[in-house]
Amino acid sequence: MKLTNEDVQEILQLLDATKCDELHLETRRFKLTLKRDPGSGRWTQETQHLATPNLIHSESAPPAKPAPVSAANSADTPESASLAIRAHLPGTFYRAPRPGAPPFVEVGNRVESGTVVGIIETMKLMNAVHAEACGEIAEICCENARFAEKGTVLMRIKPSAP
Amino acid sequence: MILRRILVANRGEIAVRVIRTCERLGIETILAASEADVHSMAARMADCVICIGPASSAVSYLRVDAVVAAALAAKADAIHPGYGFLSENPKLAAACERAGIVFIGPTIRQLEAVGDKLNARAHAIAAGLPVLPGGEVRTLDEAHQLAAHIGVPILIKSVGGGGGRGMKLAHDSSKLAAALELAMSEAQASFGDPRVYLERFAARSRHIEVQVLGDGENVIHLGTRDCSIQRRYQKLVEEAPASGISGSLRETMHRSAVAFAKHLQYRGLGTVEFLVDCDREAFYFLEMNARIQVEHPLTEAVCGLDLVEEQISIAQRRRLRWKQHDITFTGHAIECRINAEDWTHDFRPSPGTLSRVSFPAGLGIRVDTHIQAGATVPPFYDSLLAKLITHGENRAAAIHELRRALASCEIAGIATNLPMYAALVTNDEYSRGPVDTAFLQRFLENRATHAA
Repeated sequence: MKLTNEDVQEILQLLDATKCDELHLETRRFKLTLKRDPGSGRWTQETQHLATPNLIHSESAPPAKPAPVSAANSADTPESASLAIRAHLPGTFYRAPRPGAPPFVEVGNRVESGTVVGIIETMKLMNAVHAEACGEIAEICCENARFAEKGTVLMRIKPSAP
Repeated sequence: MILRRILVANRGEIAVRVIRTCERLGIETILAASEADVHSMAARMADCVICIGPASSAVSYLRVDAVVAAALAAKADAIHPGYGFLSENPKLAAACERAGIVFIGPTIRQLEAVGDKLNARAHAIAAGLPVLPGGEVRTLDEAHQLAAHIGVPILIKSVGGGGGRGMKLAHDSSKLAAALELAMSEAQASFGDPRVYLERFAARSRHIEVQVLGDGENVIHLGTRDCSIQRRYQKLVEEAPASGISGSLRETMHRSAVAFAKHLQYRGLGTVEFLVDCDREAFYFLEMNARIQVEHPLTEAVCGLDLVEEQISIAQRRRLRWKQHDITFTGHAIECRINAEDWTHDFRPSPGTLSRVSFPAGLGIRVDTHIQAGATVPPFYDSLLAKLITHGENRAAAIHELRRALASCEIAGIATNLPMYAALVTNDEYSRGPVDTAFLQRFLENRATHAA
């Protein structure tokens, strides 16, 4: 059995005529909780679809994807004097403003606090990645166009006086 | 022709929405999902799921070959492309035709006619619709000449564009060179086509669109929607019908939209977008969207049709099931797009795992969503979580209902823009209505000033 929005409306009309303030309904396919606010008399619903997706395999298997660079596998280890630039959001890391353009920075480039060193694309929005200290780019830890979890070390800066 | 198995080539709330109508009509559904979406709500609802590639949409939802291969593997009769992704891509329609699969949408020729915005503009002129003064420019010299002719400020738009990408405003001719260069490079990067055109920019304008439905011969309209509340050209709040316009202006817009669709012998569901110049009481053709739109539930609320069902009916090569006089409009509907965005931090995206999801229920309330407690909102796609739609006997009643409905929405685990709507629906200018396309920016700036 599947649950439609019309079903929910009908259940609500039935409940409206009763003194019930709460209804829980759970099947293998869905879980529905309806609650009446005692003050306003208005209903809220929480629905969860629980059915296991019926995955069928097509002949053209998708190509293997590169593993995302996670916060854990590039944890802070090396050079004590370097400062990490981390992904402030999970997303795809880009080193250049657009495909084909030169990268924002290369190893050895001097950056100021606030210099844009890359882009993280999250939910179709481009978010600038800034250097948080003055210094020199010591290492680039994440490849271009790779997905990075939040907190992933993208680059390292060797700090120096402004 | 009867469609028995439909491949849904999309994700999120629209995939859920299409599956619901198919279920009701007894049509089997196969969801084409990326690796990130194989456990989504739509995947749990579809009869079966085929993985079409990795999370990144460039190698899954945007691949014509992968989508068509999935449809063939699943022995689907038809593909419903939803909105966004490949929904208006003539290459998908052509690949469907070669594979003997029905594309639920307009013809290849119609997709090409409206996909190229200059081409669409030419068709609008041919169909007798008013367009904004403007035209194509290839060089800065041409841009200066045209700007001198039509006056500033000027909006630069990309020919292949849509969704506000590649759109740049030049307030005066000294800003034209920089804006033109930026628009061309963005157009090239986003659409692989650097062509741009200029249009006069109306300072105080509204975005009003007309829903149309055609069977290749006859066309009817399903009324107006006002989509003026936008941020960076992204719609946030929409309503139907558009309020505060004269009956004659409304009628003329209806007639113009139908004339445009008839000129194209349009087959399917589409939207003709207009800019209404508040200072001139005039309207101009902007573009046509040849797909179902995010805000379609507003039209469904006020005219009582299921637009996905109408799309499927037309895809089965049936004639329109309704004449214009069968279409009646009841009350007023408002939609809020609930996005995973933190409006207190410049609308920063907020993917993550949902701990609790609760929505209002009852008459006059509709929630179209793909989120539920325990699910993860991936960072790869747009931030739309849910659409909250309220329907009342008039605009004031719909706003009243919306205020109460917003108060009973609860989404925990990620940041959303719900608090922005709670503030917006008590705003005087909004409540008085109608507002122009610059309203939301003013509203946000005022909030920022007060907060500071």
